[in-house]
Amino acid sequence: MTTETSQPSGTPPEETPTPAPKTSNWAAPVARLEVGTVPTNALNLNVAGRRLAGPVQGFGQLWQKTYRVALSDADVTPEVVIRTWKEHFGEFWPKGNRFYGSLTSLEPGEVAVLNLAMPGKMTLSTGVLVIYADDESFAFMTPEGHQFAAWITFSAYRDDPAAVIQVQSLMRASDPLYELSMPIVGHRMEDRFWAATLQALAARFGDPGATVDMQRVCVDRRRQWRYAGNIRENAAIRTTLYRLTHPRAWFHHEGNG
Amino acid sequence: MTSDTTTIEVRRLSPTASTIAITGDITSGTEPALMDAYARASDDATRSILLDFSALDYMNSGGIGLLVTLLVRVQRQNQHLFAFGLTEHYRQIFELTRLDDAIGIYDTEAAALERAVGLDGA
Repeated sequence: MTTETSQPSGTPPEETPTPAPKTSNWAAPVARLEVGTVPTNALNLNVAGRRLAGPVQGFGQLWQKTYRVALSDADVTPEVVIRTWKEHFGEFWPKGNRFYGSLTSLEPGEVAVLNLAMPGKMTLSTGVLVIYADDESFAFMTPEGHQFAAWITFSAYRDDPAAVIQVQSLMRASDPLYELSMPIVGHRMEDRFWAATLQALAARFGDPGATVDMQRVCVDRRRQWRYAGNIRENAAIRTTLYRLTHPRAWFHHEGNG
Repeated sequence: MTSDTTTIEVRRLSPTASTIAITGDITSGTEPALMDAYARASDDATRSILLDFSALDYMNSGGIGLLVTLLVRVQRQNQHLFAFGLTEHYRQIFELTRLDDAIGIYDTEAAALERAVGLDGA
């Protein structure tokens, strides 16, 4: 047996105190998602009873997408940014998209219903589970049927003199139909969505003209054909079918202004 | 996002299997050290990579993402990825994130290696 050791540069481990376990930052495992009370105007489909699906369970190419904005106000701390973001998450979303989550602050284990604006004035009903949250970051995981089988991490950190706010998603399109749409509209919609979100958040901290930097890296070009059957849970198809068979739902749901 | 609280050790168990032992934290900042360790743990004959989490102190969501990136590299080489030494808490995180669909979890290195050897012979 041979042994090699790699230690990143920096403080040697013997000089570093071992951090206490931060077990409460993670949600407990869930077999199937359960949805709490949501407003009556929410279109609540494709979440309750669904399993979570991360990048391992997705169909399409694996992408790591990073969106960053640097705040010009040097006095804003990452903790303040994240606290504000958790407390007002949906308020920073682009017009027409709704986030039905906690009224107070996002916590691990919380399920939120999303009503997302799609091309052709369609609405896609899906959700997320908050899988992780600490003072400087939080993360979502998507359910089966969502466009993306993904983990999305929201974080803030100091890069002196500024605080940087970041959204990073590790995602595959959930099924072949979504994958087909990625080069046509999928990537562009997601990029616009998170850029607009970060700009709105930056504006909250007094930086309305902030520029969002985007990076897109294809981590795995292969498609996972064994997950092609995910299309059975496709939330876009299911939402469309629901609305076609429930005409009152067209008038029931309210967009975001 | 620092990786200065992480030490990564590579142990060659057999011509076809290596263990990467992680001491400390796994965050997105651990990526260079973990990928360097994987490069040293893997060669043309390697069929299985075992991750030793017995000295894992802390893993955040960035660390989970890093494991997926490692998984992709391992699968690209037609290798298998196993984990052992996880506490009950981190086993639950693997279950929550459904990483356990793709990474076999075992109590001990011996048990993981036995499975790896079994796959070699399959």
